Amino acid sequence: MMMTFAGAIGIFLAGALTLAIFSFLYKDNPVYKFAEHLFIGTSAGYWFVYNVYNVFWPNVIVAWGEAEGFWAYFNIVMPVLLGVFMLMRLIPSIAWISRWAMAFSVGMSVGFSIIMELQTNILQQIGATLSPFASLHFNNGGTAAAVNAIIILLAVLSALVYFFFSKEHTGAYGHVAKVGIWVLMITFGASFGYTVMARISLLIGRVQFLQEEWWVAIKHLIGLGS
Amino acid sequence: MKRLLVILLFLSVIPFSLQAQEGEAIFIAEDVKYDSGGSINLIWTVPDLEQNLILEIFRVFGETEGKIIQTPDASGRFTDRNLDYKGSYYYVLRAVNPEGEIFQEWTTETIIPAAAWFDWSKLIVLIALVIIFALITHYIKAAKRGVEFTIRKIPALESVDEAIGRATEMGKPILFVPGIMDIDDVQTVAGIIILGEVASKTAAYDAILNVPVSRSMVMSTARETVKESYLKAGRPDAFNENMIHYLTDDQFGYVSGVDGIMAREKPAAIFMLGTFYAESLILAETGNSIGAIQIAGTAMPSQLPFFIAACDYTLIGEELYAASAYLSHQPHMLGALKGQDMAKLLIMVILIIGTILTLLFPELGIVELFANIG
Repeated sequence: MMMTFAGAIGIFLAGALTLAIFSFLYKDNPVYKFAEHLFIGTSAGYWFVYNVYNVFWPNVIVAWGEAEGFWAYFNIVMPVLLGVFMLMRLIPSIAWISRWAMAFSVGMSVGFSIIMELQTNILQQIGATLSPFASLHFNNGGTAAAVNAIIILLAVLSALVYFFFSKEHTGAYGHVAKVGIWVLMITFGASFGYTVMARISLLIGRVQFLQEEWWVAIKHLIGLGS
Repeated sequence: MKRLLVILLFLSVIPFSLQAQEGEAIFIAEDVKYDSGGSINLIWTVPDLEQNLILEIFRVFGETEGKIIQTPDASGRFTDRNLDYKGSYYYVLRAVNPEGEIFQEWTTETIIPAAAWFDWSKLIVLIALVIIFALITHYIKAAKRGVEFTIRKIPALESVDEAIGRATEMGKPILFVPGIMDIDDVQTVAGIIILGEVASKTAAYDAILNVPVSRSMVMSTARETVKESYLKAGRPDAFNENMIHYLTDDQFGYVSGVDGIMAREKPAAIFMLGTFYAESLILAETGNSIGAIQIAGTAMPSQLPFFIAACDYTLIGEELYAASAYLSHQPHMLGALKGQDMAKLLIMVILIIGTILTLLFPELGIVELFANIG
């Protein structure tokens, strides 16, 4: 692989910062502190520029130039106005105006998510739990699928019982809730293993970067590689 | 009655009228149902299309005609979008050879891609919403009338006082992490509500509160919430808006910052309540390594295992939303919680009855009612 001097410097810095962040595994140290502050500072700056060029510029400046009709202008002016309201926090005497923008944001998002959650996490999940029963049979290898459907139904019911808050988990009811928490823990265990596997693959990718690119860049910089 | 029979007869004839006679081409344009307007579905079938011919579909709007697609497929489906929802359109399907000579031509009827006021495919969502709303409203009203509702013990929330008390005794700060998402995320809202309750206690105990955030809107909302809590606790003098401070929007930049705070300030109690993604284990492990008492909560199923493994107490899923009622013990919140419990009971009843009906009468389409929404 041919490497330019500037490319080698970039890869060297990326690898060095990776190791600086990894050094936190030993303990907090000045090298980690430097990488941390650099990371926070550059990322905060990056997001500022990103928002200017990808949110403000296309949605306000460009959109204003292309707008036609009352509603097109209205759709630009209202969000900008709410944004200006947020800036009112900088003036203590009228800082209360910023609450309007916050109230709009919180109220709108919560209201909107109710419909989404209701549809996807409640109603469609009811459909998904019931759907195996529509084709249930105990012949030609259907027994396993049938047992699976019944287990899923019982697991859903017991997990729902666990999430009842207005009744103490005691007696028979408590036993069902305990089954519910077992169901949740089995699910979490499976999810844990799956995610850890993905994390290990990320670590492997980073170690490969250090071995195959960073090390090559160092050799290039000290004149031992191409 | 006679009129009803005529309508039924008419409706029963429609499907047959849409089917082509054998060998006859079909080219239909139909308005996309229940949309916000401006979309038309085109369906075509041209039997025995000669191999050297291709199909071209033209949209005609007023005097303007424009080609929208060209395909060698003898049958297919295409949705023409971004049309004027008040405009009248018709479409022309032409079978042409590579030189552009037209061999045959079919035309649809004129159609308006109208906007629908109501999406009937989501009727069940409205019904469910009305029922849940009615249940919650009923129990809130009951709570306001003085009916007392109990709430079962949630160990993670029982330990909030213990965690804050421990931090106060040790003279160490309390770190509150409200997740990495913005205020438009309902879990962040739940986290901020709990922050208000935690802030009431830190104000009362005169403990040090530190809230690093990753979103500007969360910062503003959290500052307002904490300020109000300090005011209510009669300690406005103890409020300092720098308690809630912005780090960065970047996920891992934020994590490195919070990890640094944990390592340097060594908080005695850490609350992680909100939406978390890949950073959950990094934060929880760092908190664990400094010996802090950790109370976490999220409704992200993929991150809960990490919190359960590395934290002292974890609020699982809906427990996060129940926390504000639990901590505040305000009647209207307890009433809302009772209403939600009743909604869950209703869901269980639907599941049991739905299973029985699906097993006995699969033709009723109970599954489709819930599975095919929107």
